[in-house]
Amino acid sequence: MTSQHPEQQAEQAADQLPAHAEEERREQPIARMGMFGAKTTGDTSGYGRLVVRQSPKVSSPRPYGGPRTTGAEGEFDEIADALERAYPEFGEAIERVVVDRGELTLVVRREHLAQVAQVLRDDPALRFELCTGVSGVHYPAETGSELHAVYPLLSMTHNRRVRLEVTAPDADPHVPSLVKVYPTNDWHERETYDLFGIVFDGHPALTRIMMPDDWQGHPQRKDYPLGGIPVEYRGAKVPPPDERRSYV
Amino acid sequence: MTATDYDAYGTGEAAEGTVYNVNGQDWNEVVDAAASGDEDRMVVNMGPQHPSTHGVLRLILTLDGETVDEARLGIGYLHTGIEKNMEYRTWTQGTTFCTRMDYLSPLFNEAAYCLAVEKLLGITDDVPERAQVIRVMMMEVNRISSHLVAIATFGLELGATTVMLNGFIEREYALDIFEMVAGLRMNMAYIRPGGVAQDLPPGAIDKIGDFVKREKGRLKQLRKLLDANPVFVARTKDIAYLDLTGCMALGVTGPVLRAAGLPWDLRKTQPYCGYETYEFDVPTVDTCDVYGRYLVRMAEMEESLKIIEQCLDRLSSGSAKSGPVMVQDKKIGWPAQLALGPDGMGNSPNHIAHIMGQSMEALIHHFKLVTEGFRVPAGQVYAAVESPRGELGCHAVSDGGTRPYRVHFRDPSFTNLQAAPAMSEGGQVADVIAAVASIDPVMGGVDR
Repeated sequence: MTSQHPEQQAEQAADQLPAHAEEERREQPIARMGMFGAKTTGDTSGYGRLVVRQSPKVSSPRPYGGPRTTGAEGEFDEIADALERAYPEFGEAIERVVVDRGELTLVVRREHLAQVAQVLRDDPALRFELCTGVSGVHYPAETGSELHAVYPLLSMTHNRRVRLEVTAPDADPHVPSLVKVYPTNDWHERETYDLFGIVFDGHPALTRIMMPDDWQGHPQRKDYPLGGIPVEYRGAKVPPPDERRSYV
Repeated sequence: MTATDYDAYGTGEAAEGTVYNVNGQDWNEVVDAAASGDEDRMVVNMGPQHPSTHGVLRLILTLDGETVDEARLGIGYLHTGIEKNMEYRTWTQGTTFCTRMDYLSPLFNEAAYCLAVEKLLGITDDVPERAQVIRVMMMEVNRISSHLVAIATFGLELGATTVMLNGFIEREYALDIFEMVAGLRMNMAYIRPGGVAQDLPPGAIDKIGDFVKREKGRLKQLRKLLDANPVFVARTKDIAYLDLTGCMALGVTGPVLRAAGLPWDLRKTQPYCGYETYEFDVPTVDTCDVYGRYLVRMAEMEESLKIIEQCLDRLSSGSAKSGPVMVQDKKIGWPAQLALGPDGMGNSPNHIAHIMGQSMEALIHHFKLVTEGFRVPAGQVYAAVESPRGELGCHAVSDGGTRPYRVHFRDPSFTNLQAAPAMSEGGQVADVIAAVASIDPVMGGVDR
C-alpha cells in the first residue's frame, strides 16, 4: 500500500532500498542523537539512544527524464548529452547528477566551474544565457564540503532550467567567480561572500554588500546565531540570544 | 614637394615646428591632456536619504560638469535578515517574513515562496483550483498597484505631482481590495503553502468588478496625461538606453527586458498557478529607453485587467465557483478556518468552538500543526514567478524538518539595479533619476 503523503512515500521508498544502501547509510556521519532535545534528564522517552545519520549523497541513474517525465529519456538527458559532447572532460568535472522534483542539478567540482558555465552559456544546444544569481548554503555537518554555492541557470532559447552546485570546505572557502561568464553575478557573489564567507576568486571587487564594511563574521552561516550581537538601547545593553540568561 | 600638391592631412614634414594632424597619434595626446585635468571632476553623494532615490539607495556619482563619469551604488541600508529569520520559524510562518521583502508586491513574494514549498512537498497539482484562481486574481491586482506606484513615483521624481497623486489615489482602491480579502493593506501573508489563507468574503467579487471598471477609465486618463506629454517625452525618450545585449549580460528581467524587445514573461513561458489557461498578451517595445519601459508598464496593467476579468468569471459562475481554498491534506493544510472579525483576521468562532468544545483530536491536531508545523521532505527546489519587476526566484532547501534549512530569494530589483551604472554613465546627471526610476527598484526587496 502506498501513501498519498509525500513524506510517507519517501519513507516507504527508503524502506525498499537494496541492502547495500542500508550499509552505506550506516557509514554516514551522525546528524543527531536522541530525540526531543532532552540531554540532561533521564531518558523517559526511550528514544535517547536513537542515532540519526545523514542521508548518503545520491546520484541519479540514467535516464534522467525531464521536468514532467520520469523513467524515460527527456530534456535532462538532452542537456547532459549536449554538455558531454561540448565539454569532453564531463566525467571529471561533474561529480554527481541529481534529478529531484523535476529539477536537474549538476554537482560540479569547483576547479571546473568556470569552464562548465562557459560551455553551458555558449554551446548552441545548451544556451543557458541567464544565471539567476548564486545562493549559498552552509552544511556544518558535511565535513570537507561545508559550504555550497548553488547557481540556477535559465535558457531562454530552449526554455529550460538547470542548477549548478559547487562545494568548498570551511578551511578553504574558495570558489571561482562567474562574473566573467555572467556579469549579472557581480552583486550576487558579493552577497554570498558577505553572508557566507565564500571567497569568489577572480571577482573584480569582492566586498561586503549587505552588512557594514567593518562587520565581523558571516551572518547566514549556521554557526552564527540569530541576533548575534548585543543591542544597545538608551544606555542599556541587551545581550545576544545565545548569551542571555537561561532557565535550565 | 611643391606648394601646389601640399597635403593638409598627410603626415609629411612641415617647414618648421610641430604640426598636429587629425589622423595622427599626436591628437590623442592632446585629447588625453585635456581630459587628464581632474580639478573639474566632482564626486556627489546622493542618498541614502533622498526623495528621488526610490528608498534608501545611495548613489555615488563622479561628475564632470553635468555629465556622469561614473556611477556607483551603495545598498544594504534596509537589510533586515529576512532569509536568516525564516530559518527559525515554521514553513507556514515563512510567508509572514517574505511578504515584507518587496513591500510593493507582497503577494508575489508569498507566491514564489509558496510555490517552492509546494514543490518540495510534491503537492503542486493538489492545490485546489479556486485557490489558484484567487491567487492569480490577487497577484494581478497587486501588479496593477505596484505599477501604479512605479509610474506615480516616477512622475514625482521628474517633478510632476499630478502623476504622483493620481497613481497613489488609484492604488488606494487596490489596497482596499487587499484589506477586504486578506485583512491587511500591505504584507498580507495571504498566500500560504497549500492555498490561500481564507476564501473571498461576501461582496469581494463585486468590489473587484467595480475596480476593473474604474481602472479601465483611469488608465486611459493616465495615458492621456503622459503618453504624448512633451515634457514627459523629452525627459524619457532615448534616456537610459540599455539594449538587449546589455539586459542579457546583466541578467535584467521584467519590463526593462521587454522594453528591449524580448517577449520573455514567465507567465507565458513557464506558467504557474494555471496562467496557461488565461488569455493575455505580453506587451513589448523595442526602444530600450525609459519611455519604452513606461509604455510596457501601462500596457501590462491593461493586460492585468483582462486577466482579473477572466478570474472573476471563473469565481462567480465558472469552474472555480465554489470549493476549498486550501490543500485537502490535513497534515499540511492550516487547520483554522480563518475569518475576518471586527479587529482583523483571526481564527473563526466556529473553528474555536469545534476544537475547544467538541473534538479533542481536532485540538491536538491544531496544536501540533500550529506550534510545530508540518515536515517537508529533504531536498532543494527553485521556483520563480513573474513579479512586476521581473523574475522573482525562490531557492528553498529543506533538511526534512519543520523549518526551512535555507531560503534564498533572487529579487529582480537587486539584479536589475546593477544595470543603473550602464544606463546612466555618460549621460546627464538629471537622467540618473530617470534611469533609476525606470528600473523601479524596491529597496526592501534589494536588501531583504
